[in-house]
Amino acid sequence: MVEHPLAAFMTMAVIAIALALPLLLNVFLQNTRTATANWNQVFDISVYLDKKAPGTRVQALAKQLRSRADVAAVRVITADEALLQFRRASGFGNALDALRDNPLPDTLVVTPALGASTPAGTEGLRRAIAATADVQAVQIDTEWVQRLYTMLDILRRIIWLTGALLGLGVVLVVGNTIRLDILNRRAEIEVMKLVGATDGFARRPFLYSGVWYGLGGGLLALILVAVAVGMLAKPVETLAGLYGSQFRLSGLGLDLGAAVLGVSIGLGWFGSWLAATRHIRAIEPT
Amino acid sequence: MIRFDQVHKRYANGREALAGVSFTIADGEMTFLTGHSGAGKSSILKLIALIERPTRGQVFVGNQNTAAIKPRGIPQFRRQLGVVFQDHKLLHDRPIADNVALPLIIAGVPKREIDKRVRAALDQVGLLGKEKNRPLELSAGEQQRVGIARSIVGKPKLLIADEPTGNLDPDLALEIIQLFKRFNDVGVTVVIATHDVQLIDRCGARRIGFREGRVAAPAGTAASDLGA
Repeated sequence: MVEHPLAAFMTMAVIAIALALPLLLNVFLQNTRTATANWNQVFDISVYLDKKAPGTRVQALAKQLRSRADVAAVRVITADEALLQFRRASGFGNALDALRDNPLPDTLVVTPALGASTPAGTEGLRRAIAATADVQAVQIDTEWVQRLYTMLDILRRIIWLTGALLGLGVVLVVGNTIRLDILNRRAEIEVMKLVGATDGFARRPFLYSGVWYGLGGGLLALILVAVAVGMLAKPVETLAGLYGSQFRLSGLGLDLGAAVLGVSIGLGWFGSWLAATRHIRAIEPT
Repeated sequence: MIRFDQVHKRYANGREALAGVSFTIADGEMTFLTGHSGAGKSSILKLIALIERPTRGQVFVGNQNTAAIKPRGIPQFRRQLGVVFQDHKLLHDRPIADNVALPLIIAGVPKREIDKRVRAALDQVGLLGKEKNRPLELSAGEQQRVGIARSIVGKPKLLIADEPTGNLDPDLALEIIQLFKRFNDVGVTVVIATHDVQLIDRCGARRIGFREGRVAAPAGTAASDLGA
């Protein structure tokens, strides 16, 4: 390892790339979760009343809903208010003037109580409201959020899968490098066995090499991830700013970084142990 | 110390190296194994060092039947043995001191003790002051003496050597043999395989001759001009 620094570095680089790939995916996943975390909180439920319902019905319904335990707040948007808002926000003012009647219904915006803001709780509330008289439609915009979380869950599994496969790759790469090291030092191992070395004694330096390969590869992987996150941080911040968000890209963090080093050292050790145990046993003095 | 009892050795390629060899070497004896190459000398040494196992018959070393030593026990067994090779088998990328220290490191001797014993061993072979040299910086005779220092640093009771003078001119060869004789004088059993008959004639020691895998010459002691 010391005699061939370039070869050792190349082995470490291969390990680093294999480890960096799932780590980068993980950084992407974690950041997506952070960015969408508050979306999982309270969802307002929009309740559209039937156009044929009497004008006083909306206030009565609002009062009725406010008395429910699973409702935190109810905001009333009458059809007139809605039209006014729409006229101001949409820029279709003139086109709206052409309409004889207000096409918009009275609307209630219901905020579920915190305890009821689980998907099941919200769904129960939605059904209860939908069953009420004069309610035309009830809408919760949770479906796409749930789809997003399902996708993130799939991505998380993909990361574990690639991580496991690439971890196996690291074991094989280290194993192969150690195998070549051992073949290069065949004569030395023979001499050591002749003067009474056990397989374990002859194996020890190769296990140290494996640990160094793992440590070097792990550190390189962390550097790769840090560089990638650094390169993405600025554009992501700009993008978040465009959406009026304070979101900032975060890297691996200290805990995960330490875990990565631990795992890569472990993989290096294991790869060298497999190769050294097998190949040193095969070397016998003649 | 060593007893061969009707030992046969047939290698995987079908060559029969030993065909029923029996002899005994007593504690503290110095013995030469002689014969042409292929006569079976090296096979005898390999059976003693457990590099090979007999096909038939029994080999006793230090009153222990080697057949009873399992592969796991071989390292421990070899630590009680000093082995010298014709090609020295030194580690060329390490200094002399490290080469000599190897058996002690393997046996787990404490560092301070190792330094002391390595210097003592190098002193005994006349190489004190060359600890930091690399093997290839030394002459062939000196390299062989490094090999001997390594074989005796663990204070073995039995020293075996395969053609230790094979690459040396007669004067250097005699020097090496005299070195072995000195260890023999302090009680070490020494077994040397060599085809150099002249050399044996110049130093008095027991000689067992081999021919085609059998004991040929009667085991006796040649006349001595070595300190006797």
